[in-house]
Amino acid sequence: MSPWLPILMAVPVVGAIVVALLPKGSDKLAKQVTLLVSLAVLVLTGVMAAGFDPKGDRFQFTAAYDWIPSFGVKFGVGVDGVALVLIALSAVLVPIVVLASWHDADGVRTADGTLITPKRSVKTYFSLLLVLETMMIGVFAATDIFLFYVFFEAMLIPMYFMIGSYGGAQRSYAAVKFLLYSLFGGLLMLVAVIGLYFVAGKSTFMFPQLVGAIQDPTTQKWLFGGFFIAFAIKAPLWPVHTWLPDAAAQAPAGAAVLLVGVLDKVGTFGMLRFCLELFPDAAKAFTMPIVVLAVISIIYGAIVAIGQTDMKRLIAYTSISHFGFIVLGVFAMSSTASSGAALYMVNHGFATGALFLAAGFLIARRGSPFIGDYGGVQSVAPVLAGFFLVAGLAGLSLPGLSSFVSEFMVMIGTYQSEAHGSGALTAAAVISALAVILAAVYILWMVQRTINGPTAEPVKAFKDLNAREIWVLAPLVALIIGFGFFPKPLLDVINPSVHQTLTNVKVPVSTIAEKGTGQ
Amino acid sequence: MNPAIDAPTIEYGTLAPLLVVFGAAIIGVLVEAFAPRYLRKSVHVPLTLLSLAGAFALVLVQVLRGQVPTAPSAMGAVAVDGPSLFIWGVILVLSFVCVLLINDEGHFVASAAAVPGSADEEEAEAADSGSGHTEVYPLVLFAVGGMLLFPAAHDLLMMFVALEVMSLPLYLLCGLARRRRLLSQEASMKYFLLGAFSSAFFLYGTAMIYGYAGTVSLPGINQALSAGSGLEPLLMIGFALLGVGLLFKIGAAPFQAWKPDVYQGAPTPITALMASGTLIAAVGAVLRVFWVGLGNLDWNWRPVIWVVAALTMIVGSVLAITQTEIKRMLAYSSIAHAGFLLVGVMATFGTAQQNAVSLKAILFYLAVYGFTTVGAFAIVTLVRDPGGEAGHLSRWAGLGKRAPLLAGTFAFFLLAFAGIPLTSGFFGKYAVFAAALDSGTQAGDPIGGWMAGLVVVGVIASAVAAFFYVRVIVLMFFSEPAADGPAIAVPSMGTVAVIAVSLLVTVGVGLYPESVLGIANDAARSLFIR
Repeated sequence: MSPWLPILMAVPVVGAIVVALLPKGSDKLAKQVTLLVSLAVLVLTGVMAAGFDPKGDRFQFTAAYDWIPSFGVKFGVGVDGVALVLIALSAVLVPIVVLASWHDADGVRTADGTLITPKRSVKTYFSLLLVLETMMIGVFAATDIFLFYVFFEAMLIPMYFMIGSYGGAQRSYAAVKFLLYSLFGGLLMLVAVIGLYFVAGKSTFMFPQLVGAIQDPTTQKWLFGGFFIAFAIKAPLWPVHTWLPDAAAQAPAGAAVLLVGVLDKVGTFGMLRFCLELFPDAAKAFTMPIVVLAVISIIYGAIVAIGQTDMKRLIAYTSISHFGFIVLGVFAMSSTASSGAALYMVNHGFATGALFLAAGFLIARRGSPFIGDYGGVQSVAPVLAGFFLVAGLAGLSLPGLSSFVSEFMVMIGTYQSEAHGSGALTAAAVISALAVILAAVYILWMVQRTINGPTAEPVKAFKDLNAREIWVLAPLVALIIGFGFFPKPLLDVINPSVHQTLTNVKVPVSTIAEKGTGQ
Repeated sequence: MNPAIDAPTIEYGTLAPLLVVFGAAIIGVLVEAFAPRYLRKSVHVPLTLLSLAGAFALVLVQVLRGQVPTAPSAMGAVAVDGPSLFIWGVILVLSFVCVLLINDEGHFVASAAAVPGSADEEEAEAADSGSGHTEVYPLVLFAVGGMLLFPAAHDLLMMFVALEVMSLPLYLLCGLARRRRLLSQEASMKYFLLGAFSSAFFLYGTAMIYGYAGTVSLPGINQALSAGSGLEPLLMIGFALLGVGLLFKIGAAPFQAWKPDVYQGAPTPITALMASGTLIAAVGAVLRVFWVGLGNLDWNWRPVIWVVAALTMIVGSVLAITQTEIKRMLAYSSIAHAGFLLVGVMATFGTAQQNAVSLKAILFYLAVYGFTTVGAFAIVTLVRDPGGEAGHLSRWAGLGKRAPLLAGTFAFFLLAFAGIPLTSGFFGKYAVFAAALDSGTQAGDPIGGWMAGLVVVGVIASAVAAFFYVRVIVLMFFSEPAADGPAIAVPSMGTVAVIAVSLLVTVGVGLYPESVLGIANDAARSLFIR
């Protein structure tokens, strides 16, 4: 019984209650409290992560309390390597998002003074953010599948209100679409969760006890389907991706970072942990169809991204392409690819986070998300332009930046995978490599049209980044470059738990994942 | 010389909660007849509340003393078992809460018989000086008494009596709305006519089954079923007619048509009482008839209920989407929830232990749904236009900005209806779905595989239902308020208490469901007296 995770989950929600109860007119205090709480969570996460032993038990910092004995549900938490790095990702992103959203609810004015979003309740926004942080930590920490489901669904609600109340012009449409898609997937998963409980007949939802509990291949397939559809909507995978561009484009930039950076990772995280380990036979049986969907997502997302005129939609479509890579890696049945996918989940959070935030700062100055409204930002706001460029390059997986390592691992792992004969997955790897070229097109073309070229008239009024905004982007860029050259600390934590997963799926674990860390 | 007739044995202690409520109702009638007008309300309110609280205390005493009877009372007419006591407790608390709402102010017309808009009505209004109809209180008590008796009745005739005692006062109460008189009278008339029909069906079915079994006692019918006789057609006709009567009361499709009209027209506190108390009582009665009376016929009625449950969930959630009136929308939502409850009713195959699981699920669902419903209707009473409550959904636009606390609470109730985790509604839904899948995995059930299908239908219906709940949240929070938006009435202490209690239950059970589940578990363990 380790109190770490319950404490980690309790701190933000207590903070949220404090923020919500602050008297009227204390907006500034609310922001400061939120920042302080999120930094405290970051520090606690750091201290906890330092105590994580990669060579130790799979699940560490475990705790389990009876929650609903009548249903056999425990409040069971614990982290393996993948969960730990994703919790760390959330803990890093939240304070950054708090800083980035500092003025989002105050009523945003553009450089020339036009109001683009009206004043809204600051306290509500920041307490929703903290509630969301609790749920993000909880969803990755849950070792009880029922508890996982509860967080999986409940975390939709704060995000729904953040999009719906604080987003752009189409926000209510986007929020409802987001909620209904996710809810529908979640309900299918609920049926599968109940089915798993009864078919396994172990009277528990604890994940470690349920691994290997379902033997019948047909049952596995049905239950796998319930879980997979939910995760595919969440991730999102083509063809159930259509909610993401709307939601991400309408959400305030900070919320979009958490949505794409963390919430969507729950989908790929769930595939890796639950779909593979609970239903190994079904996962193998469905590998090819899923790989095909993943490859379609990779190429489709990239091509559609090229055609976007709205920066946030463009970034959302690039994410669909990147999620295709992650799903491909998860289902390639090779440890290099799976480790790469897990690493990609973290790196994508940093890279896309930085890109969304930099784009958000551009949009806040101009009041328009459309690429065509910009041009020549470099000459008036060089620091902003520089960060935007670096974030963009991370998005196209430039070598030396963190996403390159993971994308390379996924592709090489898929290429070498022996599953389904060597040919099929090799072909998938080759096709998906085309996306690297497409990525260069969508990112560089956007960069070219916004920050290079002649300075557009309204852009001339732009101020460069202030200290707060630099504090938002600098840590992310530092992480992107740092993990680009030295991904070993992350891989050391991720690899053992990915290997454990693959062992449970009975995939031989011997690849360059260990060697590849030297990058 | 005639043989002496033995005096019936009546277990007064066991039946005390019923007797208290009916006694208070009769005293209420006397008060209405003899007390001067200005005194009536101040006598009625404490009398009603105290009798309900007293009856609840008597239920508690029985439970806490651990003397839950295992044999039917009153010569086999009433079965006071674990499930009955649980249902009684829930109905008594909910009706107490509803009386607080009824007591609030100005929901009821001064003279129901006056033609709307006529001079008579104005005169009555003037004479009445705002205190409204005080006969509302005894009528409510009679209805509550009927609700208590309905799920506890152990033979079909007693059940019919209870049905009428419950329904007749409700027909009247529906017509008493102070505002929008015509709508209210229409609701009352419709409810009365359709209700009378369904009662006739019930009674006819009872007669048919008597023809088959030679008894109206539920366990007697079950015994006759296992013995078998050559009169199956009588049984089938009787069972179908009985089913129509019962399913009408819970508003299952295709007998749901009355619900939206009646819920919309009735005074909102009465709607709250019907949507919580009547539904709970009727589901209790359905359970008793199908499990105790027709338990040996389950190969016949389960496929029928399968279809009805699926249809009810779909009709309720799909038609709710097109509604533009908040009370009509909640009525369709109530239909959908009746469908979810029927999923639980289906889950009866297998061992007694398995039956206890699904019974627990249904009891839990009823309790948490009742509280959320009353809370939601209490909030509806507060959002007002000059002509009464602001029923049209467009009037609710932007409420989140004008009254964030009220709108936030209402949104929370809606999320509970939609079954979002960390609300009580989620665990209710989970409980019945889990019970259904559990019973589906029992060996030897010929329609076991169909249970999973029903759960999938339920899940899809929930997703559809989520859409219209969410739509109201969108209206309240993401739309700009109208310039001449509705006024938010300053809630009375009673209404505040109602909303607070409902919210507390919805949140509390959402975070720690074991609190209510444990009680439901104890109540369900003994199953119904057979």
